[in-house]
Amino acid sequence: MTVAAVELAGIVTRFGATVVHDGVDLSIPAGEVVTLVGGSGSGKTTLLREIVGLLTPSAGEVRLFGEPLLSGSRAEQVRRRRRFGMLFQQGALFSAFNVFDNIAFPLRELGCLTADEVHDAVMLKLAMVELQPEHGLRMPAELSGGMIKRVALARALALEPELLLLDEPTAGLDPDRSAAFVRLIRALQSQLGLTVVLVTHDLDTLAALSSRVAVLAERRILACDALDRIIELDHPFVERFFRTETSRRAMARGLESI
Amino acid sequence: MCQGVVVLRGEWTLRALSPELRRMRQLLDQARSVASWDLGGVSRLDNFGAQLLWRHWRQARPGRLSAAPELLRVIEAVEALGAARLPTRPRHWLAPIHTLGDPLLGLMAHFAGLLHLLGQLAIDLAYLCVRPGLWPIKEFSANLYKTGVQAMAVTALVGFLIGVVLSYLSALQLKAFGADIFIVNILGLGIIRELGPVLVSVLVAGRSGSAMTAQLGVMRVTEEIDALATMGISRHVRLVLPKVMALAVAMPLLVLWASGVAILGGMVSARLQLGIGFGFFLQTLPGVVPIANLYIAVAKGAVFGVVIALVACHFGLRVKPNTESLSANTTASVVSAITAVILMDAVFAIATRHIGVPL
Repeated sequence: MTVAAVELAGIVTRFGATVVHDGVDLSIPAGEVVTLVGGSGSGKTTLLREIVGLLTPSAGEVRLFGEPLLSGSRAEQVRRRRRFGMLFQQGALFSAFNVFDNIAFPLRELGCLTADEVHDAVMLKLAMVELQPEHGLRMPAELSGGMIKRVALARALALEPELLLLDEPTAGLDPDRSAAFVRLIRALQSQLGLTVVLVTHDLDTLAALSSRVAVLAERRILACDALDRIIELDHPFVERFFRTETSRRAMARGLESI
Repeated sequence: MCQGVVVLRGEWTLRALSPELRRMRQLLDQARSVASWDLGGVSRLDNFGAQLLWRHWRQARPGRLSAAPELLRVIEAVEALGAARLPTRPRHWLAPIHTLGDPLLGLMAHFAGLLHLLGQLAIDLAYLCVRPGLWPIKEFSANLYKTGVQAMAVTALVGFLIGVVLSYLSALQLKAFGADIFIVNILGLGIIRELGPVLVSVLVAGRSGSAMTAQLGVMRVTEEIDALATMGISRHVRLVLPKVMALAVAMPLLVLWASGVAILGGMVSARLQLGIGFGFFLQTLPGVVPIANLYIAVAKGAVFGVVIALVACHFGLRVKPNTESLSANTTASVVSAITAVILMDAVFAIATRHIGVPL
């Protein structure tokens, strides 16, 4: 039996008097691509931040690869953090470093790689996200929106993670680039056998990428299942989100693009 | 080529390899000339593992390689990359001259930029005289509060302490000559004419100048200044002018305030050290320090305030959208403002050398 890559049990999140999550349970098996959907303000990004430990839930437990996120010695926690990579919504590239140094940064932090090994690894990552070696010398401010996302993806992949978390990976990209980025993530996912958790509003992306969809509504996970079964759910949010004519068309387009 | 087979087993991933990487490199080095590699027992191979092997195979597949198809795919991806290298920017033969000349040209660009800012402000002022409704009164008021009122505590504290120290040190010397009475002259002239304006300028440059640069800098990073421009609102009128006006008004007041407190500190110290009473001190002061010194102090305060605000805004508007540029420009703003103030102070000292000094 394989351990779940991500396991959330009874997550409760409160900000002051507002309760965002009230008993979220979710188990994501290794190798799956799970999309979190929910209305705006339903706490999707918050949940993602709790998975990576940027926020601590008010109650409940986050387990990554079968172990509680914040357990063990400091060294063990650092090792656990190196098993996942996160792509932030705005890229979160270090603006003082060029592209090469941004991707090389986590590798250099390991402290055991030679300069040549770092160089080769960065070149491979750049090639994986379909960028040229000469892009390595650019500064983040000189990149277009799509390139920022790719460099951020390359950096998230630098440490060969098993789990990849994507926060709105295609937000702010035009449909063409967005489709290309989705194809890229799909190709990398199947090539590297990654587990992917993503948050998106974009139904094209959702349909093209996810093997499962988790619906976050009424402060908990309503259901986590394959897309075609989620669509059949009887719930006002699902009705509004998936069953309008535009949504159906967007999802059909997403499925076509792969 | 050596005979034999190298058999690899287990996980060949970055995470599994990194604790023993040094030993693995050595082992792979020893096996370098072996032509036959068996990767049948490898459970996982990631890109890093494949690149490590590839490097030890000297960028070519070994003569015989047996591996599962999914491992071969990883190796093929590394093979397909080939010898891609990060391009290096060639060093120009004029580089040493550039190293010398660039800062000089940069300095000239700064002066040109400051001049441009000043000119733009003059044009805006003229325009505002025609259209009085556009005066940024609210921003001016907010800046006056931030740079003036909120700076009163710290300038008073520093002024008081400097007054005490200056008075104490002078008293020691004056006592030796029996010239106790001259403490009033030294404190009065020194603090009002020179120390008060410069001291307040240094504090304000560090406190408000840096804040102005950082604020404008972050507004540039987040494109807020561009947003203003698209609404047809001049950044000079809305952002720069209120800051310059606020410091031009707040600085003279702060100079008077800080000088007053510094003299109070000096008086306290003189009374304890030399037994000079407050009443006598205050009676003597107007006689030995001509009123012209107060006017000079106020003028200095206004000029220094304008200089600090202009320098701060100039550097703030130059910030490029990255963290490094923000910190560099904030530092440059404070250092340049203080330097400029001291230069201006020297100009004042020469220009007013015949005014307000009892001969």
